[in-house]
Amino acid sequence: MEDCLAKKMEITVSEAEKRTGRNAMNMQETYTAYLIETRAVEPQSEGQCAPVDSLWRRYSEFELLRNYLSVTYPHIVVPPLPEKRADFVWHKLSADNMDPDFVERRRIGLENFLLRVASHPVLCQDKIFYSFLTQEGGWKEMVNETGFQLKADSRLKALNATFRVKNPDKRFTELKHYSDELQSVISHLLRVRARVADRLYGVYKVHGNYGRVFSEWSAIEKEMGDGLQSAGHHMDVYAASIDDILEEEEHYADQLKEYLFYAEALRAVCRKHELMQYDLEMAAQDLTSKKQQCEELATGTVRTFSLKGMTSKLFGQETPEQREAKIKVLEEQIQEGEEQLKSKNLEGRDFVKSAWADIERFKEQKNHDLKEALINYAVMQISMCKKGIQVWTNAKECFSKM
Amino acid sequence: MPHPLATSSSEEMGPGLTPSPDLLLPRSIADKDLSLPNGTPVDTSSPASSSSLLNRLQLDDDLDGETRDLFVTVDDPKKHVCTMETYITYRVTTKTTRAEFDLPEYSVRRRYQDFDWLRNKLEESQPTHLIPPLPEKFVVKGVVDRFSEEFVETRRKALDKFLKRITDHPVLSFNEHFNVFLTAKDLNAYKKQGMALLSKVGESVKYVTGGYKLRSRPLEFAAIGEYLDTFSLKLGTIDRIAQRIIKEQLEYLVELREYGPVYSTWGGLEVELSEPLEGVSACIGNCCTALEELSEDMTEDFLPVLREYILYSESMKNVLKKRDQVQAEYEAKLEAVALKKEDRPKVPTDVEKCQDRVECFNADLKADMERWQNNKRQDFRQLLMGMADKNIQYYEKCLTAWESIIPLLQDKPETK
Repeated sequence: MEDCLAKKMEITVSEAEKRTGRNAMNMQETYTAYLIETRAVEPQSEGQCAPVDSLWRRYSEFELLRNYLSVTYPHIVVPPLPEKRADFVWHKLSADNMDPDFVERRRIGLENFLLRVASHPVLCQDKIFYSFLTQEGGWKEMVNETGFQLKADSRLKALNATFRVKNPDKRFTELKHYSDELQSVISHLLRVRARVADRLYGVYKVHGNYGRVFSEWSAIEKEMGDGLQSAGHHMDVYAASIDDILEEEEHYADQLKEYLFYAEALRAVCRKHELMQYDLEMAAQDLTSKKQQCEELATGTVRTFSLKGMTSKLFGQETPEQREAKIKVLEEQIQEGEEQLKSKNLEGRDFVKSAWADIERFKEQKNHDLKEALINYAVMQISMCKKGIQVWTNAKECFSKM
Repeated sequence: MPHPLATSSSEEMGPGLTPSPDLLLPRSIADKDLSLPNGTPVDTSSPASSSSLLNRLQLDDDLDGETRDLFVTVDDPKKHVCTMETYITYRVTTKTTRAEFDLPEYSVRRRYQDFDWLRNKLEESQPTHLIPPLPEKFVVKGVVDRFSEEFVETRRKALDKFLKRITDHPVLSFNEHFNVFLTAKDLNAYKKQGMALLSKVGESVKYVTGGYKLRSRPLEFAAIGEYLDTFSLKLGTIDRIAQRIIKEQLEYLVELREYGPVYSTWGGLEVELSEPLEGVSACIGNCCTALEELSEDMTEDFLPVLREYILYSESMKNVLKKRDQVQAEYEAKLEAVALKKEDRPKVPTDVEKCQDRVECFNADLKADMERWQNNKRQDFRQLLMGMADKNIQYYEKCLTAWESIIPLLQDKPETK
């Protein structure tokens, strides 16, 4: 298998910059642009590193890229983008898109997205993706020229298929159910986690008040004064420590969010299967009805009620020539239909095979990544506990000197 | 006005005379016609007289050492259900070698009312001393169950502390009401006796002054007053902060209780991640338990002691005011005499008595303040170290929980 792009090229989203410009309606707007830097991995000559190429992209271009990939590779679980708007925020975090912390976390998320695509065996080979990383000008036009928007399935069509499909592959049905549940449970988790963070922040910050009152109290004490004063300092340290702790936890939340959005990508693949399957079923149904019509015309028996049949009964039978012509048309259509059905069947099977392969790849990636995320989370908690023990031990020592 | 300490020790005592704690007072001091600020004569025949300065100082030193001769404990709360009411009694156990007690050991049952009675009696009979506070009589928050284990235990500790503080006091521990409290089988009978006596005398029990106004508090007592003001203010702030922390912790706990189970739900959806997710869920559950214990400890052990000291400060400020009044009375009488312009070589006994009262009060108060400051320092040292300890224990429990699941999370499942 060909090495994926990630192994050949170093990709980073290294900077974010606020820009002002004019939008499509010629109104002034502020947006953030992100600097994508790329560099070939193998050094050009001894000890020398390859030069760095760079270009600026904004979030909407990333969106365009992802839409293109989703439509062009419907059997692939396409990596998701970081959230468009800040969601699941706890009170201290800002929901403002321009907030530097949000921008920073988004920068990391976008870099992660590019790395995911670049390490995907199929997606990394896409030319549009490569141009996204390397070609500054004219990329948008290039994407639009592929005409991918025309290939996109309408939401309505997809919804219709979901409800009406009769025989989807059971695995996809199960997978869709799983992705629904996954989305629900991760959303819940993120919501509660945000509330937990909020409350924890409160607990730590209130301890800061001890610092001030111990200091005031120490002023009227003789022997107890020093101990109180220094203990108060440790309370201040304790109160301040929560900021870093919670900032680190945001990274954990981002890791969970990625998989929340991945659930959507999974569902998209399942929907595509349902659509294809529905299409197939419709085509088969259509073929069957045409065959039936043909048979009826040929044998003269009416098995199914049809308005045409009734009207011809009422207004007289058609001529044998007319009937012959009709049969001929139908036979042509039937032949076409059979070919179409064959290719649709093939398409469907191919889709199922390649989609399922990618799904298996995705499952392994998910299990690996989430395990890592949980381990990191546990490590963070351990670090927080150790800091707590340290601070209170220091405070205890100060109290013992009172 | 001569310094109280200087008068008693240098004039009356010979250079080589240092009485041991258990001896009676030197006769010279015993002969002085002393009376308590409310007019009742002082019994100077026992070491319990309030002006036995030297005696007291000696006792102070010895009590810190090995010569403890009185031990009191409060334990074994029991609920009593009667037709009229339900109440709790506590067992008060005394072990002593003091001559003032007939037996070496006593075990009686007392209820809060009895402790309250004792405190009132002590305030009446030893107005120049700082009487330790009792835990609050009524529960402020109506939701608290006064028969719950936690409430009873908290109260028991406070009552135990109350009696121990009296036991440690060189003057209060010899008080006759205290003795009766510790020893009497039927305390109610004794109480009624006391009430009858009072109604005979026809006087209000409370110390009443002639409404004299003090011009200015002597510096050292003004300093004490200021100190107490700031001290109780700061304690009040600490109390509020501690309550706020407990509140925030409980709200944090509520969220954590919802947080943990979500991991479990997720675990139910997964195959390979099932165990790690369950592990995280259980871990969070353990942290919840640890947090609950921390909040409970703070509520039961930390807050009550803070409040005790606030009450202590309040009662101490009242004693300061009483002292002011005694001094005011003396100064007013002295002035009255001076105005009469009679060429008396000797100050009238009435004014002399007032002077002695002031001196005694000041001496008692100063000694008690010193003792109080010392005890306060130890009490707060212990209290705050305890608070730090509880927090350390909380974090240690959480640390253990999280460390124990790391191997679980890192575990590679068996390859199929």
